[in-house]
Amino acid sequence: MSIQKIVVIGAGHGGFQVAASLRQNGYQGALQLVGDEPGLPYQRPPLSKAYMLGKISETAMLFRPAEFYQTEKIELIQDSVLSINREAKTVDLNSGKVLSYDHLIIASGARNRLLTLPGADLEGVHGIKTREDADVLAPLLGSIKKVAVIGAGFIGLEFAAVAAAQGAEVHVIELGERPMQRAISAPMSDVFRLAHEGWGVKFHFGTGISALESDGNSDSVARLLTTDGEAIEVDRVVYGIGVIPNAEIASEAGLAVDNGIVVDEMLLTSDPNISSLGDVASFPCVWFHGQHIRLESVQNAVDQARTIAARLTDNSAAYKALPWFWTDQGDLKLQIAGLSIGCNETVVVGSVDDRKLSVLCFRDGELICVESCNRPGDHMVARKLLARVSGLTPDIAKAQDFDIKAWELANRPSA
Amino acid sequence: MVNVTFIEHNGTEHKVTAEAGQSIMQAATFNQVPGISADCGGACACATCHTYVDAAWADRFPEKTEIETDLLECAIDVKENSRLSCQLVLTDAMDGIVITLPESQ
Repeated sequence: MSIQKIVVIGAGHGGFQVAASLRQNGYQGALQLVGDEPGLPYQRPPLSKAYMLGKISETAMLFRPAEFYQTEKIELIQDSVLSINREAKTVDLNSGKVLSYDHLIIASGARNRLLTLPGADLEGVHGIKTREDADVLAPLLGSIKKVAVIGAGFIGLEFAAVAAAQGAEVHVIELGERPMQRAISAPMSDVFRLAHEGWGVKFHFGTGISALESDGNSDSVARLLTTDGEAIEVDRVVYGIGVIPNAEIASEAGLAVDNGIVVDEMLLTSDPNISSLGDVASFPCVWFHGQHIRLESVQNAVDQARTIAARLTDNSAAYKALPWFWTDQGDLKLQIAGLSIGCNETVVVGSVDDRKLSVLCFRDGELICVESCNRPGDHMVARKLLARVSGLTPDIAKAQDFDIKAWELANRPSA
Repeated sequence: MVNVTFIEHNGTEHKVTAEAGQSIMQAATFNQVPGISADCGGACACATCHTYVDAAWADRFPEKTEIETDLLECAIDVKENSRLSCQLVLTDAMDGIVITLPESQ
C-alpha cells in the first residue's frame, strides 16, 4: 500500500529534515509536522553561542522561511502530542485535534535533565535548550557578575566561554574530573581546561552541589553550596547536566523503549508503521559493534532523517553514517569524527601550545575517532579515513612529521 | 533587498532575492537552490556550502579565516575563488552578485 499521509512528531533538526527530504525525494502525499515550540523550525546550536551573543538574528537561525512550508505543502502544527493510537493509526494532540497517518515519524528529541537539588526553583536558575530559554538569558548576559555553570559538557562550556567573554566571573562545577569527560579524550580535555582557565573560568571538578540558596530577602539565587562545604556567591546559575529522551508517548503506545525509542538498522520502531530518529532514538550503530546507542547531535538527526525519507520514497538502505560532532568555545572549534568508546590509545598530532591539534583515538590499534581542535582540515580527512579500513596505526601517527592530510592522500585506495 | 544569481554546474540559473545580513548559504537554502547542502547550518564546520565567487565580487568579502582555508582544502574542485558561502554575509552593496556552484559538495 502506498503511503499517502505522513505525520512527523517534533520540528527540530530531524523533524524538519525528514519533511524537507521527503518533498525533495518527490513524496506528494499529506505531510504534517507537529512541534510544540512557537514560531518556525530553527537550528539549536547557535542558542548557546552566536545567538546568545546577539551575533545572529532569529531569522538567521531558521531552517527555511514561512513560504517554504506553503510551497512545499508541509503543514506546520504548533501543538503537543498526548498519545499515539497505533491501531487506529492516529495521533491525539493537546488541542483536541486528531491526526491520521499511514506512516508516523517520531522525532520528539530530548529535554533538559532538571536540577533536583534544594533551591533549584529559585529565580536566576536557567537551562538552555530552546529559543525561549536563550531569549530569557541573552538580555541578562551583560549584567551577570558571577555565574555558576553546573556541568562541564558541551552546552555548559559553550555558555561559560560566552559569559567569560562578557566579563562575568564564571565558576564551572562538575562531578567528573575533566571537561567533557564523557565525550572526549583526556589530552583534548586538557587543552580546553587550559583555554577556559585562560579566559578566567574557574573549574571545580569532582564537586557535587548540596543546595542553591537565596539571600533570604528575595527568591533569587545568591549562593551555591558545594558538597565540599564551599559557598560560592553567584547572581545566576546555568545548568547543562544532560538530557532525557522524550520517549514517553512511545512507551505509552506500547513501542519498545530502552534508553530511547528502540529502532532497527532501518530506523523502524517495533511497529512497522512508525519510524524514529535523532536524540530520542536508540539505534544499532555500525560504529559501535552494532550495539544500540542514542546520539545527541545535529549530524545524527539530519542523516537519520535522510535515511527515513529515502526509505519512504522507495530508496531503502540501512543507517550507517559516521557520527560527527562539533562545539565552538571561545576561539576554539572542536570537531569530532567517529565514536571514541573503548579507546585505549591516543596520539596527539599538531601543536598543543598553539591550540591547533588533533587527537587520534585508537582501540586495540584501530583508528576509531579523531578529535580536532582548530584543525578542520584534519577533521574532514578523518571522516574519509574512518569511513574505510585505513590501516593507520598508532606507530605511523607517532612519526615526527606525520600529517594526517598528507597520509590520507598517499594512502588513498585506488579506485 | 539583495539580488543574488546562483549558477549551477550545469548552467541552470537561479535568481533569488535575499536580505542584507543573510549569508549566501542562507540565500541559497531559503530559496531551495540545489547544490548547497549546508550540513552544519552555517557553523563553518563541514565544507558542504562550497561556492565560487565571481571575480568582480570576490574582494567585497573579508579574507578567509584560517578555519575556512583549512576546510576548503578538503572540498571538491577547489579553485582560487572558492569560498564557504556560510562565511559570506550579504550587504546592500552586493546587489547583483553572481555565485557559481561546484558539481558536488
